[in-house]
Amino acid sequence: MTATATEAGRKPVSMAQALNRALRDAMADDPAVHVMGEDVGELGGVFRITDGLVKEFGEERCGDTPLAEAGILGTAVGMAMYGLRPVVEMQFDAFAYPGFEQLISHVARMRNRTRGAMPLPLTIRVPYGGGIGGVEHHSDSSEAYYLATPGLQVVTPATVADAYGLLRAAIASDDPVAFLEPKRLYWSRADWSPDAPAPVAPLGRAEIRRPGSGATLITYGPSLPVCMEAAEAATAEGWDLEVVDLRSLQPFDDATVCASVRRTGRAVVVHEASGFGGPGGEIAARVTERCFHYLEAPVLRVAGFDIPYPPPMLERHHLPGVDRILDTVGRLQWEADRTEGSGD
Amino acid sequence: MTVLEQRGSSRNESHWPAPPPAWRPRVDPAPLLPDAEPYRLLGTDAAARVESGLLTELYGHLVRGRRYNAQATALTRQGRLAVYPSSTGQEACQVAAALVLEERDWLFPSYRDTLAAVARGLDPVQALTLLRGDWHTGYDPREHRVAPLCTPLATQLPHAVGLAHAARLKGDDVVALAMVGDGGTSEGDFHEALNFAAVWQAPVVFLVQNNGFAISVPLAKQTAAPSLAHKAVGYGMPGRLVDGNDAPALHQVLSEAVERARRGGGPTLVEAITYRVEAHTNADDATRYRTEDEVEQWRGHDPIALVERELSERGLLTDAFAQQVRDGAEELAAGLRDRMNQDPALDPMDLFAHVYAEPTAQLREQEAQLRAELAAEAEDEASRGRGAAHDTTGKERP
Ligand SMILES: Cc1ncc(C[n+]2csc(CCOP(=O)(O)OP(=O)(O)O)c2C)c(N)n1
Repeated sequence: MTATATEAGRKPVSMAQALNRALRDAMADDPAVHVMGEDVGELGGVFRITDGLVKEFGEERCGDTPLAEAGILGTAVGMAMYGLRPVVEMQFDAFAYPGFEQLISHVARMRNRTRGAMPLPLTIRVPYGGGIGGVEHHSDSSEAYYLATPGLQVVTPATVADAYGLLRAAIASDDPVAFLEPKRLYWSRADWSPDAPAPVAPLGRAEIRRPGSGATLITYGPSLPVCMEAAEAATAEGWDLEVVDLRSLQPFDDATVCASVRRTGRAVVVHEASGFGGPGGEIAARVTERCFHYLEAPVLRVAGFDIPYPPPMLERHHLPGVDRILDTVGRLQWEADRTEGSGD
Repeated sequence: MTVLEQRGSSRNESHWPAPPPAWRPRVDPAPLLPDAEPYRLLGTDAAARVESGLLTELYGHLVRGRRYNAQATALTRQGRLAVYPSSTGQEACQVAAALVLEERDWLFPSYRDTLAAVARGLDPVQALTLLRGDWHTGYDPREHRVAPLCTPLATQLPHAVGLAHAARLKGDDVVALAMVGDGGTSEGDFHEALNFAAVWQAPVVFLVQNNGFAISVPLAKQTAAPSLAHKAVGYGMPGRLVDGNDAPALHQVLSEAVERARRGGGPTLVEAITYRVEAHTNADDATRYRTEDEVEQWRGHDPIALVERELSERGLLTDAFAQQVRDGAEELAAGLRDRMNQDPALDPMDLFAHVYAEPTAQLREQEAQLRAELAAEAEDEASRGRGAAHDTTGKERP
């Protein structure tokens, strides 16, 4: 995830550019793919993810809509009913909420209520999460709301290559996807060749980003780089941490997560969203249910506080950082493990 | 007077330079404001223009529709339908909405509009599946071009706009007709749908059935607008006000709107003034919020009686024709009754079949759990059956 130019043809590419490339390739491959939302046309979106699409594909395929999230999602439902594959942009996490009625009552249920007769291929791109110094309503981690909605898939990339691959997979999926883009990683760069984009990643597979044997950090999206940093720092304490990047919260990859936790015997879930009622509770419960006899400590969580997202000058206290992760890892009773041995 | 005329006439001169044009004014000269009085044909001289063929067709549908409403309501008393929102008294809206559409067009009904779906040709049992409770939608929407019945109010309206927009992008001359109640016009989705439709000039017709009440809340507590059709003006689309019990008038106004949409003229908002003669649903007590006097007045303006009078004035309401129509309606009701009295065959495993294209690992686990529970239940029942058999065989018969 660092910006170093290596072999010819490969150059540092930002996550924003990878997402843009994914949209462009998806639109070029399939004329049914239509991009729509607020400011996605000439402006290219406030984060420039749709930059240049209107020039290449015309206003009909990449169009500015009126400023109305329920209208955007609701009309996209109708477009999908007629055979299009709309990709809509919700400008910011907290501004998607007016569209939730359409999301929950229709987007997520159309396949089910029509007994499979009417699948709903719709991708909802939502820039989410904090860490960019945004004012109120620009930093929410809204994944729990999407996650609580059966019928939706919830996907969130943490790397540049995944941003491309997962977005292609989301657009190709015949079911609706809440595609949560960690906005503070938009400008993270990786050495990546846009000429030979990564193959489309299947939805619902977690990825082990760093192998380790002492404990598993389970995380996704904006918290992945923080966990990677924490895992590096942990080596100083003699802790060897494995880092699992979920990539998709729904479908959830129990297999990869539980295999990892059974190997390490300890797990910490890390995310920015508030802990109470957050995804970490669900993940900890699943791990406990499936790995109880392998666990040497309770599954712990490092999450945002249970507060409305704080003002930007205070957000660093709210967001899980390396120190908070390491403190929590420390609470996994490592001393007992070292002196008394494990496996009892 | 249209809004355009008003704008022209009320311009006041200013000695400051004019501001730069910030928006593109609507250029279509079609008047936006609805007429002050609902458009009527029956009982006026203009009724003579209505073709007899259309009158008899409407009549047949109206009588069948009334019978269908009565049968569906009766089925709620027998516990065969979980609930039924009757459209008795509103049959003209239901029938006209269906008849003005071509096969390739789409209908977007609300929970009250099963009759419109039936008039469009849908099997009544399929149309009632949602209300019976065996599944959410009883038909393939693409096959019939009827969207799933929509329960959350007004949420079907943006779907209609999106579908119509998509059809136009594909070059198909498809029109979507979306139905909503007077209460539904207060929802945000109503406004967003109208705005999108007008901005996109989408081929959509919005039909508001103003039946006076949203459950118990009268129109006066729903809006302060002079009429619901007036709401069209602010979005830049024509609003039309029509007598919702006058089937040929509705047919004409809706046909014009559909035609306009089909030739690229954009959306129209039609408000049909009608009345809900029955309670909101079989579970509602309408005597708590309205008087029998009011209901009686509306019974005097019944959609079937209006057409009947015109037919008999033309000498078309022969005994043979009336009998033929009644027989057709009875046949519909009998078929519906027989088929609804059969228990639907339900497969509990269907619960997991249509959540995602590929069931997730978690859903497969839950599916296995339910399958095991069902197997255990079946085994239980079988062993109880065996036990009972033992008992009877072991016992001396008295
Ligand atoms: C979003 C939403 N809020 C509330 C309800 C509950 N509800 C069902 S019908 C109804 C009244 C609807 O009145 P109206 O739109 O006039 O239609 P009508 O029933 O008269 O046909 C209400 C409040 C609902 N279905 N959807």
